[in-house]
Amino acid sequence: MAETKAEAPAPTLPRHHTLWRRGQAAVRDLWIGGVLLALIVAFSIGSPYFLTRANWLNTSSTATEVLLLAVGETFVICAGGIDLSVGAVLGFAGTAGAWVMAHLISGSPAGASIGIVALGFAAAVAAGAAFGLANGFLVAWAGIPPFVVTLGTLGIATGFGFLLNNGQEISAIPGSVVTFGNTNLGGWVPVPVLITAVITIWCGLLLAKTRFGAYALSIGDSREAVVRAGINDRRYLLEIYTLSGVLAGVASVLVMARLGAGSPDSGTTDNLNAIAAVVIGGASLFGGRGTIIGSVIGTGIIAVLLTGLVLINVPPFWQEVAVGAVLIAAVYIDQLRNRKTARK
Amino acid sequence: MSARLAVRDLTKHYGGVQALRGLSLHVDAGEVLGVVGDNGAGKSTMLKILSGAVFPSSGEVLLDGRPVRFANPAAAYDAGIATVYQDLALAGQRDVVANFFLGREKLSGNWLARRVGWLDGKAMAAHTGSELARLRTRIPDVHLASRDLSGGQRQALAIARAAAWTGKVLLLDEPTSALGVEQQQQVLDLIRRVSAEGIAVILISHQMPDVLAVCDRAVVLRLGLLAATLSGTELTSENLVGYITGAMPGREP
Repeated sequence: MAETKAEAPAPTLPRHHTLWRRGQAAVRDLWIGGVLLALIVAFSIGSPYFLTRANWLNTSSTATEVLLLAVGETFVICAGGIDLSVGAVLGFAGTAGAWVMAHLISGSPAGASIGIVALGFAAAVAAGAAFGLANGFLVAWAGIPPFVVTLGTLGIATGFGFLLNNGQEISAIPGSVVTFGNTNLGGWVPVPVLITAVITIWCGLLLAKTRFGAYALSIGDSREAVVRAGINDRRYLLEIYTLSGVLAGVASVLVMARLGAGSPDSGTTDNLNAIAAVVIGGASLFGGRGTIIGSVIGTGIIAVLLTGLVLINVPPFWQEVAVGAVLIAAVYIDQLRNRKTARK
Repeated sequence: MSARLAVRDLTKHYGGVQALRGLSLHVDAGEVLGVVGDNGAGKSTMLKILSGAVFPSSGEVLLDGRPVRFANPAAAYDAGIATVYQDLALAGQRDVVANFFLGREKLSGNWLARRVGWLDGKAMAAHTGSELARLRTRIPDVHLASRDLSGGQRQALAIARAAAWTGKVLLLDEPTSALGVEQQQQVLDLIRRVSAEGIAVILISHQMPDVLAVCDRAVVLRLGLLAATLSGTELTSENLVGYITGAMPGREP
């Protein structure tokens, strides 16, 4: 590295000290992976059904919905914001997509066609994108705090979802959609899981390796620094919230395809789970820090908790309790570590 | 030969308050100009005008002899005038490389990489390292988060970044005020090295020893006007303090 051959006097921090610092950061990112591993081991001992194909398919399907929301939420949280609307947007987008398909089918003598499915999917993603755009615009240009904006759009998206069909789910969608959502490649890889994996890897690279990701993190760290550097912070905030909305739209398609219906309340619990996954994964709610791999592990912890507790015969109502407790514990441990770093 | 940066008859009033009342001064390439004055003398108004944050009420700013007018700080930055404010505008959790290249990121070479905005991390780290080494800043590792650096190292990073991306004029607002003695010395050394590369440096400071140590010339502002220009043997602590307080009568250069 260039700094080692500098003709400068000895650095004020010795070299091993800086390696130690960077090592600490890596350990910090890894410990949460250890928690996931420990949970998997514990549930495997607790239940003979945990390490089975059926449970993998169940767990991974649960995880895809949360993960897609968590991936978008990671960008938002890294940028110093919060998106409380993703679960409601998921419900609205899926219902909107199903509504479009149901109406097109009833007007089409030939019945379901690939065109109708494509339009339905596009409508769902567009609905998600529209809410993301609205969130981004209100945060970046109107200057309303993200918490308030997305709490508002949470309510609006929920209401719109119920308005589409009087609060009922819409199940008159083409059978090919359900086939698409329930196909397992090689018996082990559901199509929604594959799609989610591709999107997640792409977003992981986007956050860690591109200018877009760098700006998301820098905006969350110090918006002042970003503005002074001449960067159009508003444009990037708009794109970040829109990405979150689009991913909620994509998640709604996968949920609709798995369940065979567009349901306005299908994302209600995913909201908390997605935010919890991101925070458990090490992202700072104050912005500036977070990784997609962390959010993947956070989602894994939540999905394993949700399915594992059922397998060891814990009443399902305890699931939410467990996720809430893990969320608080993760943030507390994170604060302890940060305090240590700050008190050099 | 025209000065690198000059201002002529600059005025600025906020309502009925006259912050600047016809200020003229200039700084040459490779020169360090100290700007001193009591609170309210007009230092920060001058800084804001030069950095593009506010418009003057009248008067003009000349960069390399040509009149310029900046719509915003980014325009001043693009024209070659960089300002390092006291808060430094660093992103604390981001590493030295990310801060050094903020807004000027280097993308990988091929077409696809440019489309997606793929960062050339290796080249950025190498360039940051060599730039910081060339200016002999004591930053040990370009991958440290900037908040893990000492105050002097952070100041050095902010100055090196501004110098690297602008190349014409560097405005420094109280760069040593929050630092310990040894770190103050390091920052002053850095200012000298930056100016030796041909950058015109304007140093706003309350620290008379700093001004005496690095400035080729110093101007004293009082009540929005130039009270004195001091250089050579006239540039002494007694003179500076005398003109700042008004104990010595103001005069035009």
